[in-house]
Amino acid sequence: MSHTVTVTVNGTSYSREIEPTLLLVEFLRETLALTGTHVGCDTSQCGACTVLVDGRATKACTMLAVQADGATVVTVEGLAKNGDLHPIQRAFAKEHGLQCGFCTPGLMITAVDLLERNASPSDAEIRHAIEGNLCRCTGYHNIVNAIRTASTEMRQAASGEAKIAAEVQP
Amino acid sequence: MTVAANPKYIGTRVARKEDPRLITGEGTFTDDVMLQGVAYMTLVRSPHAHARIRRIDTAAAKKEPGVVAVLTGTELEATGMLPVFIAVPGMNGSKHMPIATDKARYAGDAVAAVVADSRDAAKRAADLIAVDYEPLPVVVDATKALEPGAPIVHEELGSNLVFTYPVKGGDIDKAFKDAEIKVTQRIVNQRLIPNAMEPRAVTAKFEAGELTLWTTTQIPHFVQLIVALNLGLGQNKVRVIAPEVGGGFGSKLQVYAEELLVGYLSKTLGRPVKWTEERREGYLATIHGRDLVENVEIAAKKDGTILGLRIRTVANVGAYLQAFAPGIPTILHAFIIPGPYKIPAFDIEVRGAYTNTTPVDAYRGAGRPEATFAMERIIDRLADEIGMDPAEVRRKNFIPPDAFPFNTISGITYDSGDYEPALDRALAMADYKGFEKRRAEAKARGNYRGIGISTYVEICGLAPSKANSALGVGWGGYESARIRVHATGSVQIFTGTSPHGQGHETSWAQIAADALGVSPNDIEVRHGDTFESPGMGVGTFGSRSLAVGGIAVHKAAEKVREKVVQIGAHLLEASPADVVVENGKVFVKGVPEKAKNFGDISMAAYLANNLPDGMEPGLEATVYYDPPNFTFPFGTHIAEVEIDGETGNVRIERYSACDDCGRQINPMIVDGQLHGGIAQGIGQALYEGAVYDDNGQLLSGSMMEYHVPSAEDLPMFNLDHTVTLTNTNPLGVKGIGEAGTIGSTPAAVNAVIDALSPLGIKHIDMPLTSEKIWRAIRAAREGRR
Repeated sequence: MSHTVTVTVNGTSYSREIEPTLLLVEFLRETLALTGTHVGCDTSQCGACTVLVDGRATKACTMLAVQADGATVVTVEGLAKNGDLHPIQRAFAKEHGLQCGFCTPGLMITAVDLLERNASPSDAEIRHAIEGNLCRCTGYHNIVNAIRTASTEMRQAASGEAKIAAEVQP
Repeated sequence: MTVAANPKYIGTRVARKEDPRLITGEGTFTDDVMLQGVAYMTLVRSPHAHARIRRIDTAAAKKEPGVVAVLTGTELEATGMLPVFIAVPGMNGSKHMPIATDKARYAGDAVAAVVADSRDAAKRAADLIAVDYEPLPVVVDATKALEPGAPIVHEELGSNLVFTYPVKGGDIDKAFKDAEIKVTQRIVNQRLIPNAMEPRAVTAKFEAGELTLWTTTQIPHFVQLIVALNLGLGQNKVRVIAPEVGGGFGSKLQVYAEELLVGYLSKTLGRPVKWTEERREGYLATIHGRDLVENVEIAAKKDGTILGLRIRTVANVGAYLQAFAPGIPTILHAFIIPGPYKIPAFDIEVRGAYTNTTPVDAYRGAGRPEATFAMERIIDRLADEIGMDPAEVRRKNFIPPDAFPFNTISGITYDSGDYEPALDRALAMADYKGFEKRRAEAKARGNYRGIGISTYVEICGLAPSKANSALGVGWGGYESARIRVHATGSVQIFTGTSPHGQGHETSWAQIAADALGVSPNDIEVRHGDTFESPGMGVGTFGSRSLAVGGIAVHKAAEKVREKVVQIGAHLLEASPADVVVENGKVFVKGVPEKAKNFGDISMAAYLANNLPDGMEPGLEATVYYDPPNFTFPFGTHIAEVEIDGETGNVRIERYSACDDCGRQINPMIVDGQLHGGIAQGIGQALYEGAVYDDNGQLLSGSMMEYHVPSAEDLPMFNLDHTVTLTNTNPLGVKGIGEAGTIGSTPAAVNAVIDALSPLGIKHIDMPLTSEKIWRAIRAAREGRR
């Protein structure tokens, strides 16, 4: 028996008929073709599928799409605004916080959630926050640097100071 | 050296060209490829580690709505066998079919394939397949597999022995006769599960006689070759694409059953077919790594001088030989054990054994971590026995810098090396001299603090082709590159390497930019598509990409540069010797104001109406580069740990490493490779380990039971480098992809054992979990009472 759900994803409202067993991550990847969110495990260990659901980092493989009815979801595709990268995106590139890039969307989303709640996290707080997002390439060293760099930039931006220069080519 | 004396881009932290698409979700991984009308494949896998397949009833599955096809091994024999690319002398190879026909040899061995309109339908149908198994006795442990009476994995071979591989040099009997001290240690490299973050996936379509197959691989050209040969297609009709690949670490260095099956099924069913591995499935069906047990004996003098090493090794290859498996415990392990040390006598014998477990092959470092772990543990045991500083035992036995090129006792030639500066820098970074104070402070807290050193030499490049062939490697170790400059001056590089996180697009652009005098931003690097690249690319593994593939790019760029100079000289009416190519301009030395743009030269090459006499039109070069020797990076890693006296929990408090990979192309990427490698090596030392029960069931069957290190498990890493250029290639580059993994495991373990040494603890097998350490501490304390 299919259900109709309405979910706002990256600012666009989508109404779709779906099976009740469809996972949120499948809804995003297959129904909406937003493949930036990845599936890395089947036991909610790895965090590659992390998206923001009503502002909180959520593993989209552990949530049914029907549970997201009426919710607002942000995926990696929704981080940049009008072509301007989010500070976390710029920081991941600047600090070499990604190698293969598979875990990166989930890690950036988790970091956005962290920085929303704690604008100035310590390294230990950063490591604790991303403990549910596994990365096999970077050893986390540069991911921690990237999140710290993003937090600095976001605080400076919030206090009206100049943005650090973006080093990523558009 | 043909590289410019003052390179502009080589050696700088150029931002990665890969990142913009990966941080925005625009990258396309294999599972992101969504084809119209695709059907989904699911494999039925044996729950038994060893069982005869008496009968498979597929009738109910075939009736399930949405099912397209249900096939068993007998019906799928047309896919041919899975390949092994290395044959060591006397090897007993295994027949390895994509779907088992006679019996299942490990839990996870595929026994049937289902294709359906949806994943759910395929899974439902798979559940309806009734397999009549006759369970057989199981052998999991490699040493037990070699004992008389052990269950035989491949009956036609008569035993489980895959090979016996000796490497000998010097007079080992004399070494042990002359020894003032002998130390023996059983050393275990436990089985590891690679856990690239992207699970494997394959999707394919067959249209107009042409098969296009997207797959998560490190070696797209080998997949193309085997799929074409096995499925009876021309190689020109098989296009293999490795799009974004989410990490590999050796686990995607195979031609897997699923690649042949998806190719075969899409061809025979006439519609696209897709398979995506589930993580728990991957734990069973994607190769594992390590699983090596060795008895290591060292003969030495009381002053720390090493006289000889005698090692007996048993390597578990799992149920079948995989693509590179025969070369890991042999070529990549046995030859490199002497590391940075002068060892007068060496005697190793490695035996490989089949068992009823998931096949074992290359996992980051592949043989070299095992070799370095054995050497570095036995050195620490020796230092402990003779009461000498472990750093000084190492220093005493180092090959001196004036001894290069140095022929090792195992029979390979190190072209270059200078080991003491790396050791000294690492010791300084680690504040080695101040350590005892920190140990005392920890003791006051009720904790144990230790420091551990590892000095290593590894072997990279995995070429030249003739040396590979002599060692039993069935394919050359060269690499290819093509550089195409379009008429407008835009540059494309097509590389035979197949990166999956290493940033080749950036590094290769840097290399070519310096040769062509243009910006890396003006160069596009393309990889992983066998219809775009040169005819053969060997791929990315064994830290070979830069030292082989990067040099191919460099040489292709030099060829293009030479033609740019010739055309420039012609147009500027000057001698080629006076032509300068830089900053996108071509001009006569001293007359930069009369420059031609790089694009003017490329346009002239294609207009072809004003070229030097006899010059071919066009501006393009293809190079296949085969190096004259392997490369030998080295370094020192030092870990400092503190162990909670109550819980046995280990924290790495400080990590210092000084590595020498020769010239660095992009220091940011070099450090990133080290960070990830160190993390994986620490994972082996402290956290990771595959566990089977006696029935061959994988108890550590998911990320819930197998601990992939998280951010909270690891420290920041302090890195430094020395630069000792190799003369093996014109850039002096050596390779850095695996060094971190090789250096870190023994450093971490040596640190833990050093911490526990006041309790009289000499060795604990990896992984050094808090439970194991707690038990060891408790046993030691109780023993003392």
